[in-house]
Amino acid sequence: MTAVLEGTTGAPGASGTAGAGNGSKKRGRIRAAYRWLGPSGTAAALFLLLMVLAAVFASALAPADPNTGSLLDNYQGSSADHLLGTDGIGRDILSRLIYGARTSLLGPALVVGVSMAVGIPLALIGAWYGGLVDAAVARVLDLVYALPGLLLAVLTVALFGPGMTPAVVALSIAYVPFLSRIVRAAARQQRVSPYVDALTVQGFGVFRISVRHILRNIAPVVLGQAAIAFGYALLDLASLSYLGLAVQAPTADWGVMVSDTDALLKGYSTPVFLPGVLIVCSVLSLTVLGARISGERPERHPLFGRVFGRVSGRRRADAPAS
Amino acid sequence: MLRLRDVNVALNVEGRMRPVLSGLNLDLAEGEALGLVGESGSGKSMTVRTITRLLPQGARVSGSVEVDGRDVLAMRPAELRAFRGSDVGVVFQDPRAAINPTHRIGEFLGEALTVNRGVSRAEAARRSADLLASVGIDDAGRRLRQYPHELSGGMLQRVMIASVLAAEPRLILADEPTTALDVTIQAEVVGILDRLRRERGLSMVFITHDLDLALAVCDRVAVMYAGSVVEVRSARDLHETARHPYTIGLLGSRPSIEERAPRLAAIPGRPVSAFEAGPGCAFATRCAFAQAECRARRPRLEAFQDGLVRCHRVEEIHEHSVV
Amino acid sequence: MNTLSSEPASGRPAARRPVTGVRSGNRPAVTVSGLTKSFRVTDAHGRRSQFTAVSDVSFTVPPGGSLGLVGESGSGKTTTARMLVGLEIPTAGRIEVLGHDRSQPARGAAERRRRARELQIVFQDPYTSLDPSQTVRAAIDEVLRAHSGLEGTARAERLAELLDQVGFDERQASARPRDLSGGQRQRVAIARALAADPRVLILDEAVSALDVSIQAQILNLLVDIRAATGIAYLLISHDLAVVRHLCDSVVVLRRGRVVESGDCGAVLDAPADEYTRTLRASVPVPGWRPGMGLST
Repeated sequence: MTAVLEGTTGAPGASGTAGAGNGSKKRGRIRAAYRWLGPSGTAAALFLLLMVLAAVFASALAPADPNTGSLLDNYQGSSADHLLGTDGIGRDILSRLIYGARTSLLGPALVVGVSMAVGIPLALIGAWYGGLVDAAVARVLDLVYALPGLLLAVLTVALFGPGMTPAVVALSIAYVPFLSRIVRAAARQQRVSPYVDALTVQGFGVFRISVRHILRNIAPVVLGQAAIAFGYALLDLASLSYLGLAVQAPTADWGVMVSDTDALLKGYSTPVFLPGVLIVCSVLSLTVLGARISGERPERHPLFGRVFGRVSGRRRADAPAS
Repeated sequence: MLRLRDVNVALNVEGRMRPVLSGLNLDLAEGEALGLVGESGSGKSMTVRTITRLLPQGARVSGSVEVDGRDVLAMRPAELRAFRGSDVGVVFQDPRAAINPTHRIGEFLGEALTVNRGVSRAEAARRSADLLASVGIDDAGRRLRQYPHELSGGMLQRVMIASVLAAEPRLILADEPTTALDVTIQAEVVGILDRLRRERGLSMVFITHDLDLALAVCDRVAVMYAGSVVEVRSARDLHETARHPYTIGLLGSRPSIEERAPRLAAIPGRPVSAFEAGPGCAFATRCAFAQAECRARRPRLEAFQDGLVRCHRVEEIHEHSVV
Repeated sequence: MNTLSSEPASGRPAARRPVTGVRSGNRPAVTVSGLTKSFRVTDAHGRRSQFTAVSDVSFTVPPGGSLGLVGESGSGKTTTARMLVGLEIPTAGRIEVLGHDRSQPARGAAERRRRARELQIVFQDPYTSLDPSQTVRAAIDEVLRAHSGLEGTARAERLAELLDQVGFDERQASARPRDLSGGQRQRVAIARALAADPRVLILDEAVSALDVSIQAQILNLLVDIRAATGIAYLLISHDLAVVRHLCDSVVVLRRGRVVESGDCGAVLDAPADEYTRTLRASVPVPGWRPGMGLST
């Protein structure tokens, strides 16, 4: 009766790594993450990791200043000095792409962060109390959902002038329902679970049960939806920057770079094409990753193993023979 | 009537073949009621699905399943449809899931008659009313116009039984037909099933986890464990004549309604499924009498004292009356 | 009520506790009088009406006693249990547990916690009554942290004791619910309920969903726990044999009303009420034949 059975699709590598040294544990975790993400998911994760690293270490990685260039060097092709060439006023395109990752990723991060900070508590409150409270939350969300995000952003910019801040604020409001509706539906399912009743009977309060238990169990859905929202927000902000409503030229930003009509008119596609590729790849990666994350059980998350408990050591325990 | 020999069934679970029935043997005589009793994972529902060939995609089956001398596993699609339509009837556990919720009761019953029996609509309506009357539903006219959601679970299970009777099968497979019902309703439904079976001389396989219920409804009882039958015995005196350690354990596990025992003679461990069983006797891991031989070699289902028992040590255990 | 925190840290409260109701004096464990619950329902045609799930139900569980609440679906037995633990608010009537009224929702965290230490519940479905992402150890420890007042090694010892009581070893305690069988999950649910060290435990069909052999193990476990701790049981069940096995007295409910109550053996052996007789006659026992004792 001591046969240890792995769960049907137990985390790959879990059994092999249990009790092994630190190095092989780490390797096991990476292998587990790869098997869990699949080829497309892994490619997406690696691409995004690269973008984040570029944004964080932009000043160290960029070969040149993104905002200065010599007019004499304009529209150069690939060379040792300028790996990806230069744009219309001689700025290094590679450096602008690297620095561009900062504003291009920071904007959507703010949008998703703010809308999560507003949307998740709203959703949890609605799911917990139900009845009139939930109805009120639902109607407000429906109302905001009816407003197209871009339209709201354009209106805000019209009122407060162009710039990153008004665009981010407007999109944050518009993205609240996008996250909140999914969280609310998932939380409502948990709310009626007997385990929530059991915790209530144990004397635990609304806050603790909602955050420590319900939110933790729906974390994959929340994170997955957040990743997808991040992608959409990136696209929206890039569109706004392209229109000259959000990030302002000459700041290095992928959206701003795509709007370089001068280059296109003169027949140079590289300065416009490359940031476009990065935008498309980022959005695609976030969508792939988001879908993968949201389909997962929280306790089976190699990527979030530390948050949700160790991956290894999960085995089917034997029936206790009394 | 029904004869299963060395039936092995494996299901495809995420690319791996998992045995659910292993070496199953079962016989059912004409007009007999056989109880199939077991805990979860014992394969009792899979047995019904194997007999009707309602197995999921990718299932692998070996052995032979004969109904009335015809090999079910070798039947061609048209033959199989005719077999399911008129030779065998299945009463499922949850009638609400088995009856289309958008059809009125009349349509549901009429369909079985018009399609399988080739009866006219008017004739079908008349016969439907008769069928409802035979399962103890009086106001047939009103019931036939109702939708499933308007009927209680017990009523719906009666309708289900009526629909099975409509095809006039000679073999009924009842898969936990009363598990979802209250005990008073269970008594009614089981009473109806029993009366109809006797009146019409039908054979029946009655599947349940409730040993006492099976003993009350059936002539013989087959106890299943980990995908095979471990004991077959007459239902009349199983409480005294049970010989397999598992059957004895099951009998001791249920508290009595008539007296209060201080403790129950519980079987340790949990029931295993066929895919978890080792090379030896599947029950060896929980059996108080298990020896090296039990864990190494699988016993066969052999005749012992007017019944069949699958146990290496059954004679020893019985002679030394350790039980 | 929290006598635990006043005990020495190394104390093993469950093992040392005297067998009956000393902590609570001789007050009844549970007193329910005139309990009623109505729901407002709207039918398919939009008409509103009152549906009374529980109507004027009264019973008492003596300290350390064991009462069975028996009935079929729609009898109101589960609604009664939910009112007792505060998951539903009674429309009328009074509930007292260890002399404290709990007919109204708890005011504030302190009262909520006190109620939790008086009365706990084990639900029917072992597959949904545990947080899927918590390990067995974390689930029980969370309750100990909230209620026991024990710290560090003392709490770890109490945790080990609880696990041992329900037949879990150290390794199994790291498992999550999905890696456990139904019977094991129900053991965890029992240990978690006991972690609050309650004086009364409601078992809401707690063994109904289990396989027969597992059910027997859990029933033995429940008998042992009661013998060791002197806890009172309120067993909600449709299964008369299980009620007979665990309970001293019984209350038979039908459509929200009490039809019969009294000593468990007396009621089941010689039911006075017509409905109780039908219920009793419907249970298949050795020698029972289908249709026996029924009007059909």
